[in-house]
Amino acid sequence: MSHVYVVGIDMIRFGRYPDRTVPSLAAEAALMALDDAGLTLKDMQALYCGNLGQASGMVGQRMLAEIGQTAIPVTNVANACATGATAFRGAWMSIKAGVYDTVLAVGVEQMGKGLLGGGGGVSPEGLVGSYTMPAMFAHIGMEHSQKYGTTFAQFAQVSVKNHHHSTLNPKSMYRKETPLEEVMGSEMIAYPNTKLMCSVNVDGSAAAVLMSEKKVKQLGLMDRAVRIRASEMSSNPYEERQAAMPDFSGATRVAAKRVYEQAGLGAEDINLVELHDCFATAELVHYENLGLCADGEAGRLIDDGTTALGGRVPVNVSGGLLSKGHPLGATGIANIYEVATHLRGKAGARQVEGARIGMTHVVGGGPGMGTACAIHILEKV
Amino acid sequence: MTDPILPIIKSEGETHYLAGSRCGACGQIFVGERDVCAKCTARGQMAAIRLAETGSLYAYTVVERSFPGVAVPFIDAVVDLDDGAHLKGTLMGVDPNPDTIRFGMKVKIAWREAVPVGADKPYLTYVFVPQEGEAA
Ligand SMILES: [Zn+2]
Repeated sequence: MSHVYVVGIDMIRFGRYPDRTVPSLAAEAALMALDDAGLTLKDMQALYCGNLGQASGMVGQRMLAEIGQTAIPVTNVANACATGATAFRGAWMSIKAGVYDTVLAVGVEQMGKGLLGGGGGVSPEGLVGSYTMPAMFAHIGMEHSQKYGTTFAQFAQVSVKNHHHSTLNPKSMYRKETPLEEVMGSEMIAYPNTKLMCSVNVDGSAAAVLMSEKKVKQLGLMDRAVRIRASEMSSNPYEERQAAMPDFSGATRVAAKRVYEQAGLGAEDINLVELHDCFATAELVHYENLGLCADGEAGRLIDDGTTALGGRVPVNVSGGLLSKGHPLGATGIANIYEVATHLRGKAGARQVEGARIGMTHVVGGGPGMGTACAIHILEKV
Repeated sequence: MTDPILPIIKSEGETHYLAGSRCGACGQIFVGERDVCAKCTARGQMAAIRLAETGSLYAYTVVERSFPGVAVPFIDAVVDLDDGAHLKGTLMGVDPNPDTIRFGMKVKIAWREAVPVGADKPYLTYVFVPQEGEAA
């Protein structure tokens, strides 16, 4: 079966845009992606639009009201931190199914500052443990510590690495070195995650133009195309402790197994990864979930620089969610933008040399809700 | 009668307990009442049980920043109960210091009344406390 390609992709610089609207942020990225493809909205046959904060607010249609009401079908998508990637995958499936040749996918989010959730009514917070995101992801890190002896400093080093990477990325929210002492010494939120080990709540948008192989050839766009080698998703499999500690590993392992099978590749074939470092603890655990190393070896990978720029498999060279920022609905497509940019050899100072195959991963959910995971493998044409 | 903070907290006279379920098909124990098994998908096999009140500490974090109005620090713990259920809760009676909290420490359920954030009256809750003989 023929492949689907990304022929245009871009993102706005992540930051705080309190004076903008969600549709206007989405529109900006959409136009950037169209320009990157050298196409117009009139070439698009369908739109998949991902957003969480206004999930019932018809964001896709409101975006088209700003840039062109061409009456194309709009599918608005909400799926926790996998929202943007789910929209992208919807576009991919519609082309794979032969329904369309050219489809636009957009992810967008406008966020407040501070802890997500809380607010409103009587809460068991504090009486029955914690329902904050930092605490949930602290548990995942502490589970790894309990099994393998992973240390606070090893988790903190993830944040040092990703903040360093972000100094090379002009689209990152923050672009500042954070030495280990600064990361470990910043405000403790939920041990071992300090403030600098929590992702940044920012506003952002990203968009991609997906196209069938037939159409790419017909329009002569192969020179700017990136092949979608595989697209997979999962929800959380049954895990014994999931009611006590939401599970992000089980879903990631299922999706990783599926995506390697679909691609006909193994973890050893991957040249760079953008994975879901919503908290520093999560990144180390996902090294193992994605098969970048054997179980128990994630601490060694961060210690020996394997996952830093210049290492065997650089992870989150964009700066990751920790420094680039994490606008929930936009993150999935922004990850794909990063990997596609490396595969096109256009990543500038942070370019992963010789990158041919890259992986993107997002996983999200919450206490009592379950998990959504999406993984894509992209290939240089 | 003090209202429970979560529906899994039940009372019979002065005795409090945590509601659980056991799947007759696969044996899995769940926290709370339910009808269908999330593990094996069996229907009509669930039996209501009272959860064990002892267990061991599987994972934890010391929460230093929480939602507005919530007193910190506190220990957010995941406990493996001795009947095979897994329960989240606040661990009390232990110094909230990661250097001294021991994975696997033996804990038990205790009952407390406390005023949660967003409320103006106390609610009944469970907490974990160290079992006798565990260093506090
Ligand atoms: Zn069962």
